Amino acid sequence: MKTTTQDEVLAGKGMHRRSFLKFAGAGAVAAGVLATAACHDPYVTANDPTSVDLGTGDIAVLNYAYALEQLEAAFYVQVLSSPYSGITTEERNLLTDIRDHEVIHREFFKAALAGNAIPGLTPNFSKINFADRASVLGAAKTFEDLGVAAYNGVGYMIQTTDYLVLAGKIVSVEARHAALIRNLLGQNLADSTILDMSTGLEKSQTPKQVLAQANQFISGLPLASPALGA
Amino acid sequence: MNLLNLISDIQAADPEFADRVSPRRSAIKNITSFGSKVAVAALPFAFSTLFKKAYGQSANPSVNDVLNFALTAELTEACFYNTAVARAGEIGIPSGDLDAIKLIQADENNHVNFIKSVLTDANVSAANKARSTNAITTGTVSASFDFSGAKGAGNGPFATVFSSYPIFLATAQAFEDTGVRAYKGQAGFLKGNQVVLTAALNIHSVEARHAAYLRRLRTLRASSSVTADFRPWITGDGTTASAITVSSAATAATNPIYANDNQTSQAGVNLTSFGSAKAASEAFDEPLTSADVVNNILVNFLR
Repeated sequence: MKTTTQDEVLAGKGMHRRSFLKFAGAGAVAAGVLATAACHDPYVTANDPTSVDLGTGDIAVLNYAYALEQLEAAFYVQVLSSPYSGITTEERNLLTDIRDHEVIHREFFKAALAGNAIPGLTPNFSKINFADRASVLGAAKTFEDLGVAAYNGVGYMIQTTDYLVLAGKIVSVEARHAALIRNLLGQNLADSTILDMSTGLEKSQTPKQVLAQANQFISGLPLASPALGA
Repeated sequence: MNLLNLISDIQAADPEFADRVSPRRSAIKNITSFGSKVAVAALPFAFSTLFKKAYGQSANPSVNDVLNFALTAELTEACFYNTAVARAGEIGIPSGDLDAIKLIQADENNHVNFIKSVLTDANVSAANKARSTNAITTGTVSASFDFSGAKGAGNGPFATVFSSYPIFLATAQAFEDTGVRAYKGQAGFLKGNQVVLTAALNIHSVEARHAAYLRRLRTLRASSSVTADFRPWITGDGTTASAITVSSAATAATNPIYANDNQTSQAGVNLTSFGSAKAASEAFDEPLTSADVVNNILVNFLR
């Protein structure tokens, strides 16, 4: 897999946009970078070599979801490739299901975004002890809750009805994952960290709040989305 | 907050105010953004008159239609759990599971109150069914519902819902999985409405958490009536392990809950390129229309 760093080098500090486009058009390898750069109005915003820009409009929302699904998929792939000690057959089956869902989500967004997709991210899971059940399931809970809060918080920005419905189709599956993980941890299905106990409504989060957390799990350039307020 | 009063005062004096100062979507967006010190939960109350003005007549169905539909479904659920918790001993709910059931009960009652308040502030009457079930009774089965699933006859496939824990869990799953699909089917009608859509999404995901957790409790109580590979997510189209498998009659009555949920392609993308058909169907929950929910599912539980 190509790394974010490579792509950002390709995106190029100081590379003139016109020559960059010409270069990017020469190879599929840079398709994601092309989209990232092309989403900018060149007269307003120069390429920002300090972050990966998700783009604007619905593309930004889809890339936002794609980035989060990349992290989730990579996490569960690693969980299953080096399972924590004492993992039961049932836990392995359940986590395998979740991994398969997240990989499908990731690949779906990649296919749907095509040339507008951000590059493949390089996750940094150094904070997670993959040998330890509590660490792994705790991280899983974090990722799933973050995903739900992120989808819920960005839904109103989606302009295209089909995309809104698609996001809705995915977010409930993420919520199902989150509930299962809580059960595996011996916890109730929700608590005040994610639920407003007086209204029974989940606490959604803004892209700014979500990306600050997600970026802790990414190597290389952080994600940024000025179009989504982050 | 004086500012909020001011807005409604202006609206009362000049009904066109909101539309004149700013386009509909940006009106909602801008006003809510500077109200960040107001609890998010309070926003729909404060702005409900603005919703009515801005959205009440422009969508089909309208935002109020959506809210009434949601209220009907939430009332059904709230009444169901109120009865169940009052009869917890009779049902045989294990003490270890009771906290989760009680949290779900609280959530559903909160959802009812939340949606009612939004509608009340908008001076809109609740749907007929919702109004008739206004007072949610505890300890007894409401006169408005038949939770056996027999349209009032009381002898449906879930007849022992309040005396058998496995049947209770199966019925609860039916309501929650329906709720998830029902809310999802309404999202498109609320597009661009920051406050109402976000509130609906924030209820929708909670219903999904309920559904998954109840499915998990069923799995942990697995018996001959529940297959061993039963999962918190929906597999296939209701003829699989995710179905309500307590009896053939129950499965038949609740198959509409899972109708067309076995999709393996989304937005023209064939998902089986990326995983199994099973995983592809599980990875996306499908929506249901309000007509499907009421006519094919809820009707069984209404007198």
